[in-house]
Amino acid sequence: MKNKFVKAIFAIALGSALFTSCKPKNSGDAVSGDAAQKAYVGPGKYDEFYNFVSGGFSGQLSVYGLPSGRLFRVIPVFSVDPEKGWGYSEETKPMLNTSNGFVPWDDLHHTEMSQTNGEVDGRWVFGNANNTPRIARIDLKTFKTAEIIELPNSGGNHSSPFITENTEYVVAGTRFSVPPDYENGDVAINTYKENFKGHISFVKVGKEGEMDLAFQIVTPGVNFDLSHAGKGKSHGWFFFSCYNTEQANTLLEVNASQRDKDFIMAVNWKKAEEYIKAGKGKKQSVKYVHNKWNEKTHTATSEMKNEVLVLDAAALKDICYMIPCPKSPHGCDVDPTGEYIVGSGKLAALIPVFSFDKLMGAIKNKKFDGEYGGIPVVKYEAALHGEVQKPGLGPLHTEFDGKGNAYTTFFVSSEVVKWDIKSLKVLDRVPTYYSVGHLCIPGGDSKKPFGKYLIAYNKITKDRYLPTGPELAQSAQIYDISGDKMKLILDFPTIGEPHYAQAAPAELIRNNGQLKFYKIADNNHPFVAKGEKEAKVVRKGNRVDVWMTSIRSHFAPDNIEGVKVGDEVYFHVTNLEQDWDVPHGFAIKGADNGELLIMPGETATLKWIPKKAGIWPMYCTDFCSALHQEMQGYVRVSPAGSNVPITYSLGTNLPKATK
Amino acid sequence: MKNIKISGLSKILLLITGLLFVGALFVPMWQIQLEAPQYPEGLVLRLHANKIGGDVEIINGLNHYIGMATLHTENFIEFKVLPYVFGAFALISILLIFVAKRKAVLAFLITYVLFIVLAAIDFYRWNYEYGHNLDPNAAIRVPGMAYQPPLIGYKQLLNFGAYSIPDTGGWMLTAAGFLLFLVVLKEYKFNKNK
Repeated sequence: MKNKFVKAIFAIALGSALFTSCKPKNSGDAVSGDAAQKAYVGPGKYDEFYNFVSGGFSGQLSVYGLPSGRLFRVIPVFSVDPEKGWGYSEETKPMLNTSNGFVPWDDLHHTEMSQTNGEVDGRWVFGNANNTPRIARIDLKTFKTAEIIELPNSGGNHSSPFITENTEYVVAGTRFSVPPDYENGDVAINTYKENFKGHISFVKVGKEGEMDLAFQIVTPGVNFDLSHAGKGKSHGWFFFSCYNTEQANTLLEVNASQRDKDFIMAVNWKKAEEYIKAGKGKKQSVKYVHNKWNEKTHTATSEMKNEVLVLDAAALKDICYMIPCPKSPHGCDVDPTGEYIVGSGKLAALIPVFSFDKLMGAIKNKKFDGEYGGIPVVKYEAALHGEVQKPGLGPLHTEFDGKGNAYTTFFVSSEVVKWDIKSLKVLDRVPTYYSVGHLCIPGGDSKKPFGKYLIAYNKITKDRYLPTGPELAQSAQIYDISGDKMKLILDFPTIGEPHYAQAAPAELIRNNGQLKFYKIADNNHPFVAKGEKEAKVVRKGNRVDVWMTSIRSHFAPDNIEGVKVGDEVYFHVTNLEQDWDVPHGFAIKGADNGELLIMPGETATLKWIPKKAGIWPMYCTDFCSALHQEMQGYVRVSPAGSNVPITYSLGTNLPKATK
Repeated sequence: MKNIKISGLSKILLLITGLLFVGALFVPMWQIQLEAPQYPEGLVLRLHANKIGGDVEIINGLNHYIGMATLHTENFIEFKVLPYVFGAFALISILLIFVAKRKAVLAFLITYVLFIVLAAIDFYRWNYEYGHNLDPNAAIRVPGMAYQPPLIGYKQLLNFGAYSIPDTGGWMLTAAGFLLFLVVLKEYKFNKNK
């Protein structure tokens, strides 16, 4: 009896030991021995790549180094940033203007770097605003948002800002189909099928980067999700994934998941250009803004536009073609040769790969399977190169290494899978932590990928870092993909929520003519003071303009009297420094906006309406020098209607001598 | 003895000397390199024959902390005179080819050496002046501290290391002096017509 009992205990113990040893090893084991060495960039040493990561709901764009994962800068784009005065200084306010007025926040999902001949060229990086549809262009000489264009007839600019191989166009596809702005939008929501339309926008990019909405293509109402341009042989075509071809307007989770296949829409944009030239575009009356930053006046302007040319995809039969793609496709990625188009059905357990040559053949020989909303539907098999079988669950995005391999992320099975584009064989898989969304290989969506690192941007963080309450940092992982097997080398937290990211060799951007400071001689700001002699305070009615200068370590003027309660005071602060890395800041007590952060040679303006009489201190917020704490001044505010005259000075307003 | 003509080689050397004097007009003669923790890229002051160049604006901006007077080309008569002096030296070198008397060359060499000594004294005097004549109300006052850069070589001045050395023009002037010396040496020591 006793013996049996001991045996039983022993059996249970042995069984549970076996059971626990069967449990998969945890993530700590996934790191190989030399990982630290591979991701280590010594103090004072530079990273190999710049990584431009979308900030998601932060609305900004963050810049990291690879392989160290170090954060260098957060560039304000679509959201206000009181730290840098973005959206708070008078000069930057027009950048965030829209046809709906000033919009202080947006959701930046994707970044795309400019290309020449299909290769990343290091001039600009584009970003999309997902909520109030816009595209921004960030200048990589200044790492500053240089231009923002709004997109009419759109809701949720998601399949954006992808570009053609010579940056001829940057595109946008509406995620929400909506009634066009040029038609009455006051309709019942359940009239989606009749009244809701999709619009995809082609924004022309000029030599200096200037954007211009060249035309839009109107399509049946669906959700456009992601896109990529053809390249090489498929240059001239653009591919957009779309879902909700069920045209549901409620409970999309269920109602937009009914059809076995949705579409990838292939757009012949060269043909569309011909139609525009031939005058087939219909002028539609819309409202959208175009905001530009002027580096000479250090000021943005916002221009309202009233018209857009629209091409009808259904009427013009040969610009758009629908390729069936399983299960609500999300990612739509084109390999470096331009021959293979990878669709990723969010709910699919396979990855379809389409062939551009076969697609062209199918179109030529009219291998169609009817129409969808007037657009020809190409037969699935006729365009298919093949399917990757059992790659994982929930494929989302694919990037390429330029060596014939594709890397696809899987949200549901939380992994990256490497497969051979031609043979469609799965070669390797690594787990991500956790539920990866986008991935990035430097140049990974261009003709010339730099297949050394792969970064996975995850949607779930859980236990990856020290806990910080309910709200956690997002997690990203870097893998070394230079060998046959992918190796995890680093885990790093990111700001906001990263979606798509781009990366380029550091040299390309470091040596693109990086600006160190603005030349004061070229400063054409209407309120610039090019020296302390030009500093002054001028009252016009209840408007008070202060031409102020800052140089280590004082403001001129730093004593101002004669301001009254209710005045509109504008501090136009010019940073007189002409040296690298000597910004000055400006803040005044009680100002109900942000601070100014002024780069050498720049002028920025803070508006302040004093509400109470008294003495109001102001100071430099950027630790500029050994005597930074001395860089301060006072504004005396007198009651409204008082007769204290405007006076201002630097160093001369001394106490009256006592006799 | 009186009328010994210099050799062809010496004439060529004199021609080169003349060209070196002309060349020195177009490149900086002297440089003072400054390094500090905050300036890993370094700052440099370049003294040309006719102006102060380099990061002079930045250095002037920094100097106000210690109360050093700001540097301006127009405050130095030297930059007005020096171009003419070098021009004259160049002219004399060329003239000597035609005069072709070794005594004349010797006289020029002595003059030139005297000029160098005077220039060094002048440079030292200015360095002393700027390094010691400080604004008593300056933000940074270190008792007993002067900020005189070295005449030549390296010296630590607070957080800045100052390295004072010839620049391209300085080396050209050195070469010119050396060539003159060679001509004199050749004509007096190795001349067969003695």
